[in-house]
Amino acid sequence: MQLTLWTYEGPPHVGAMRVATAMRGVHYVLHAPQGDTYADLLFTMIERLPQRPPVTYTTFQARDLGGDTAELFKNAARDAYDRFKPQAMMVGASCTAELIQDDPGGLARALDLPVPVVALELPAYQKKENWGAAETFYQMVRALAGAAPRERAAGAQPSCNLLGPTALGFRHRDDVTEITALLGKLGIRVNVTAPLGASPADLARLGDADFNVVLYPEIASQAANWLQRNFNQPYTRTVPIGVGATRDFIVEVSRLAGVDATDLLAAEDSRLTWYSRSVDSTYLTGKRVFVFGDATHAIAAARVAAQELGFTVVGLGTYSREFARDVREAAKAYGVEALIADDYLDVEAKIAEAHPELVLGTQMERHIAKRLGVPCAVISAPVHVQDFPARYSPQMGFEGANVLFDTWVHPLMMGLEEHLLGMFREDFEFHADAAPSHLGTGAKPVAEPAAAVVPAAVPVAVQAPVEVQGPVVWSPDGQKELGKIPFFVRGKARRNTEKFAAERGLTTITVETLYDAKAHFGR
Amino acid sequence: MLRERGQREVFCGLTGIIWLHRKIQDAFFLVVGSRTCAHLIQSAAGVMIFAEPRFATAIIDERDLAGLADCNAELDRVVARLLERRPDIRMLFLVGSCPSEVIKLDLSRAAERLSASFMPKVRVLNYSGSGIETTFTQGEDACLAALVPILPVESASAKQSLLVVGALAEVVEDQFRRLFTAIGIDDVRFLPPRSAMQLPAIGPATRYLLAQPFLADTARALEARGATRLAAPFPLGVEGTTAWLHAAAQAFGISDSRFHTAVAPEQERARGALARHREQLAGRRIFFFPDSQLEIPLARFVSRELGMELVEVGTPYLHRPHLAEELAMLPAGTMLSEGQDVERQLDRCLAAAPDMTVCGLGLANPLEAKGLTTKWSIELLFTPVQGFNQAADLAELFARPLVRRARLMV
Repeated sequence: MQLTLWTYEGPPHVGAMRVATAMRGVHYVLHAPQGDTYADLLFTMIERLPQRPPVTYTTFQARDLGGDTAELFKNAARDAYDRFKPQAMMVGASCTAELIQDDPGGLARALDLPVPVVALELPAYQKKENWGAAETFYQMVRALAGAAPRERAAGAQPSCNLLGPTALGFRHRDDVTEITALLGKLGIRVNVTAPLGASPADLARLGDADFNVVLYPEIASQAANWLQRNFNQPYTRTVPIGVGATRDFIVEVSRLAGVDATDLLAAEDSRLTWYSRSVDSTYLTGKRVFVFGDATHAIAAARVAAQELGFTVVGLGTYSREFARDVREAAKAYGVEALIADDYLDVEAKIAEAHPELVLGTQMERHIAKRLGVPCAVISAPVHVQDFPARYSPQMGFEGANVLFDTWVHPLMMGLEEHLLGMFREDFEFHADAAPSHLGTGAKPVAEPAAAVVPAAVPVAVQAPVEVQGPVVWSPDGQKELGKIPFFVRGKARRNTEKFAAERGLTTITVETLYDAKAHFGR
Repeated sequence: MLRERGQREVFCGLTGIIWLHRKIQDAFFLVVGSRTCAHLIQSAAGVMIFAEPRFATAIIDERDLAGLADCNAELDRVVARLLERRPDIRMLFLVGSCPSEVIKLDLSRAAERLSASFMPKVRVLNYSGSGIETTFTQGEDACLAALVPILPVESASAKQSLLVVGALAEVVEDQFRRLFTAIGIDDVRFLPPRSAMQLPAIGPATRYLLAQPFLADTARALEARGATRLAAPFPLGVEGTTAWLHAAAQAFGISDSRFHTAVAPEQERARGALARHREQLAGRRIFFFPDSQLEIPLARFVSRELGMELVEVGTPYLHRPHLAEELAMLPAGTMLSEGQDVERQLDRCLAAAPDMTVCGLGLANPLEAKGLTTKWSIELLFTPVQGFNQAADLAELFARPLVRRARLMV
């Protein structure tokens, strides 16, 4: 048993729903108790889809358990077919139905429906949402991709499939548009995008492409591997998030497609590159960022943060255990130890410990950051209604990089503002505890009144000033001087000063100790 | 009366934790369930982490199912960790789920065992919020029913007291307390209490009023302790609130003239505030999908006080004895439906093309996209709507979607 306050991923059948909902002409019959229909609201409320997900639930109750739940499933599957007339069906069980072992796959086969029926085995007590989406997509591809592909005619336009975008994905809608356009500029045609927008008939055409572009490895790796083995289609390894990765991606796809990318690379149109070099961005240098998200977005964000914005990555982590190795590998490059955790409390403790000036995380980290008084930008699922903006807002490609620049830089104190704060830190309205002018009260460095109970895991130092910290005591003057340091560096100053004092065996930190430590550590 | 069995598009009883954990401020709700349970509560709560929540899920995993780990030992470990983190907690509810019930994990024994080791600091109780046992608001019923056995005993010779049963917003509770005092009933208690340390005493002298229509099990448990229910409609709208208060006044021997003196100014003010919305809503046709069991009292309110026309009133479960007064007040021939087959009900709804559809979050946007105007039913539970001062707020919840639709030119 695992104690869980908040969860980064839903159960695996929600992953299957993301695939079913993304596709056209598919219906998913889910053996599930009453109440599991809550998952519909993820799509209709969070993603604001104007139609219900194509899912029928058996919604069995206690009284059905004594009777024939298998019959209930068969009726539901038959009725769903008659009503929705899908081109293909998916059948499976949610966590509770898995326990009653009705075998939806076998029951559906017995119905002998006139369309392909894909039986999903998604172990709900071991696996989670992204795994469920990946497994579902893989099973759908296996079942529907058809026979070995035709030979490509000589001189035909090179083509690829875009694999991985689903419903309820973090900016998948706009990433597909951006990458399709980018490939178009290289003269590469997109044969099928799947699962998003694909019908079972489209999956049958997957083999027509020369190669596959894996946009989201968490969802598409398994299917892409199968297509490589069976259809001899190579697939891309670079996820084009950030300017550097987009350049690498262009090189990789042009090699796979046998096209020349020189012109496109020469004519690169990125605002991030110039904005990041413009003098106002100097203040971004060395900002401490903590990155946490799904593996793909976290690894990409760390690279952009370090190489394209000049930040210092002080933490990198993921909740995607399946991709822990990739994240550990990436973390090495920044000299940090990767955090592999799906326990919200552990993540909170690590962030507090790292004293970042910016958190790049999920909606969960947004709340952690809010509590710690640190700005935050969201880079990854789990999704929130705000992650489906009305405007075009991709993460991938050159436009995606521009979006990242804006999204990550806006929550920070602006350059001049930061200097003025340093100068006039005792002004009664412009003091060190004031929030950045453009952020309102949201980024106040004090604990929220509602958050009266501070989790034990969060060091007291960042929550409220205290007199005593270990054996070292702050003198009243030292404490007062510390208060004049802007909040976004105060934690670091406190930590460094205490370390400095402890190393020298000092028991009291005075104003002098504070400045001695400042001179010692520099900034 | 239409009875249907098919796909039920409703929440399970775990959802009640979203309001109950804010209501009882020193209680913690630990769901013993699956990742789905954790995901449900988080999704239904809108991932709004204003503060550390007073609920969590002990997620059952493969090791527990395979018998590699002893579920009870695991639960003890999780509870110990939790209580260590939250020393402010005085009452812990172990909340059963579909998986815990299917694997027959005995949470009542677990609660007894844990209570024995954590009392007197923390009392551990249990109830089921599972979807196979409970629909949405029945979770609150199960929770309150679990509280009844531990309520202090009041002697049979005690003076008659009034117990108001069902979670209400604090502002509403305070208004009712003032009103009861004005009427002449001083000893008024509330269940659930705001703190686990302030449990109301009950006994044969207890007269109770249900503030919510979904409390069948709680009522049964209260009667078993000797309490007597005061039959009344529910305190929604001017008419419902008046009759609800009046039932108490009669039981406490308050004269009608004193009662009317106390409530008349409030009634007057509420009627005035309602009039504006009545203009908007009179004659509009309304369709209720089953959700919270509040549908029948709401239908009574919108038809009688706002002049709306009832197309269909769905309820997940109809408790006839508790709703007798409400049913008697519905217009003759009102189409009621109990249970659900969501596809057929959607067919009926689309065919009827009502002016307003009250439905759950999974259905609202798809119906809006088809041109219907909807009201999310969950908001009717999360908003203070009971009592005189909230009657117009309740009407406004129905009026707003129509006003909005009229305003939008895009």
